[in-house]
Amino acid sequence: MTAATGTVNERAWLRPAAWRNLLRDYPLIPLTILLVLLVIVIQITQPGTVNAGWAAVNVRQAAVLAILAGCQTLTMLTGGIDLSVAYVASMSGFVTATFVHQPGGWVLGIGVALAAAALAGLVNGIGIGVFRVHPLIMTLGMGLIVFGFSNVWQLQNVQTGTGVPSELRTLGTGLAGDLVPYNLVVFVPIAILLILLLRRTGFGRMLYAVGDNPVAARLSGVRSWQVVVLLYVISALLAAIAGLLQSGLSNISSVTLVVPYLLPSVAAAVIGGTSIVGGRGGYAGTIVGALILTVLTGYLSIILPEPWREIVFGSIVVLVAAAYTRVTAEA
Amino acid sequence: MSAPAASIGRPRAGVADSLGTWARNNAWTLGLLGFLVVLLLFTKYVNHNYSLVSLANTATAVVPLALAAVAQAVVVISGGIDLSISSQMALTSCVAATMMAAYPGEVTAVAIVIGVLMLGMVLGAVNGALVVMTRVPDIIVTLATYFVWAGFALLVRAAPGGSAAKWLKDLVVGSLGIDVVPKAAVVLVVIVAVIWIPLSRSRLGLSLYAVGSNRLAAFRSGVAVNRTKFMSYVITGLLAAFAGLSLTASTGIGTPVPEPTYVLISIGAVVLGGVSLAGGTGGVFGPLVAVVVLQLIRDDMTFMQVDSNYGLVAQGFILIGVLMAGSLIQMRRSRA
Repeated sequence: MTAATGTVNERAWLRPAAWRNLLRDYPLIPLTILLVLLVIVIQITQPGTVNAGWAAVNVRQAAVLAILAGCQTLTMLTGGIDLSVAYVASMSGFVTATFVHQPGGWVLGIGVALAAAALAGLVNGIGIGVFRVHPLIMTLGMGLIVFGFSNVWQLQNVQTGTGVPSELRTLGTGLAGDLVPYNLVVFVPIAILLILLLRRTGFGRMLYAVGDNPVAARLSGVRSWQVVVLLYVISALLAAIAGLLQSGLSNISSVTLVVPYLLPSVAAAVIGGTSIVGGRGGYAGTIVGALILTVLTGYLSIILPEPWREIVFGSIVVLVAAAYTRVTAEA
Repeated sequence: MSAPAASIGRPRAGVADSLGTWARNNAWTLGLLGFLVVLLLFTKYVNHNYSLVSLANTATAVVPLALAAVAQAVVVISGGIDLSISSQMALTSCVAATMMAAYPGEVTAVAIVIGVLMLGMVLGAVNGALVVMTRVPDIIVTLATYFVWAGFALLVRAAPGGSAAKWLKDLVVGSLGIDVVPKAAVVLVVIVAVIWIPLSRSRLGLSLYAVGSNRLAAFRSGVAVNRTKFMSYVITGLLAAFAGLSLTASTGIGTPVPEPTYVLISIGAVVLGGVSLAGGTGGVFGPLVAVVVLQLIRDDMTFMQVDSNYGLVAQGFILIGVLMAGSLIQMRRSRA
């Protein structure tokens, strides 16, 4: 018996529970392994694809997706979701573009865009935090409103003409030494801030608390409506920044520019280990999730025609989510 | 508490009493109907030419969206949500249009329609099986299958095209007898009534509400929770297939690109129609009225010669405003 016990202890790493705990507590490890495996598969099946330039292009696109997915990560931690981000982001890029030929220029444009985004976020937050409207439906309605106003703005600015400011184009597309995307200048500080916000600040811990157990959070003195209002303002501002980067990256100003990234932004947060029911997750995982999705989409677009690309994309999202649920279900 | 006691003391409740109970149970839908009437009066005010015929045209225009909203309502009542409805509609619509182009004939079209309805149930069954077996939240599973069904739709048709049988097109165009009864509205009501009324009175219908309102309590009362969730997705798939067929019928072709607004507006109409996203409350007739309300708001914007984009803004504001008002009333009631 003693010998047997000893064997069990020595081989603790063989027990499934140990693996499960590892995966649950450090989702970054399996995610990074998944990303590396993906890169290896790409290198084997498409030799010559993987090089420094390829990495730079992927990181540049993933940075935009990761900021949008940041909105979803933060809101999902409280058990919410923000479906207005795609329209807020498109609006922000478009509004900035309409100011290019106006007095005040693009700087004023960015100011107006950020203010409009903050207003949308504030209304979201008040609806969800104070009036207890379901986040899904509140942000959905806000998305429609922002989209409608963007269209109106578009019609009113038909004559003045639009154009993506060259500064934004440089920021969005530029690669320092053909290697390091300029947009990391924006993304890296945001990433560090978000990670610190979630791990080190009272506000961050309150997000987890509100999402994990709203009643317990309230009884411990958290004014959850204030947390929620601030949260959705932050989310809208992040979306606006992502929209600016994306309009610079694609050199297009359109009121639907970022809409195709809405569902991937939710998927990136889910793949990154953030639970949609709240209370579990983090931003580091989301960044890797955004990288995985970007690399995967690029790879699939090389090897598969569009229909199969969508089918495989959807299947992978469901598989990864199922794996997470299995791992974290019972501990 | 007093209501059951009263009904025990007086086994056969008076007509007025049961009417009162019915009104209380359907307060939200009745309120929405009142809102619709006000909206219609307003429509008549802004556009003096608005007549019953125009109302019939409005009804014809909303059929696909209305069926999508009913499909969404079934799954939301059981506590789930289906983001893949619009791509299920695209896929079933494409299959129907492609098959009808390949095998023309009014009679073969009947077989094709039946086949497409069964395809819809299969799509729903896959959604349901994934939700039940993986235990991944519904919203994530159907987000993923949104892409999968959209991909299959593109496999069936690379570009919009195909054709529809004549009788199918005739079902949704024109009116019955006099001009004021649009065929599309009749078809819509018949489909919804034939599926929903027997369902809501059956054991399965009761289980849908039980699982939606409290999963654990339903399980402990002996409801087969997993089977109920699975079946809710199958029924949603069937209704989504009807919605897809109505798209083919009204446009005469199949379009492989899902219209994302169908998902958004269907969820909005469901909530506006009195079905709580938490599940367990409401029915399908509220969402039907809500779809007409939302469409009418956009029509009014056109009549008032307001930029049609303000229609979107107004829809959004109505959606949010009504919900805020609803939750305010609820909060006051629970405080009192």
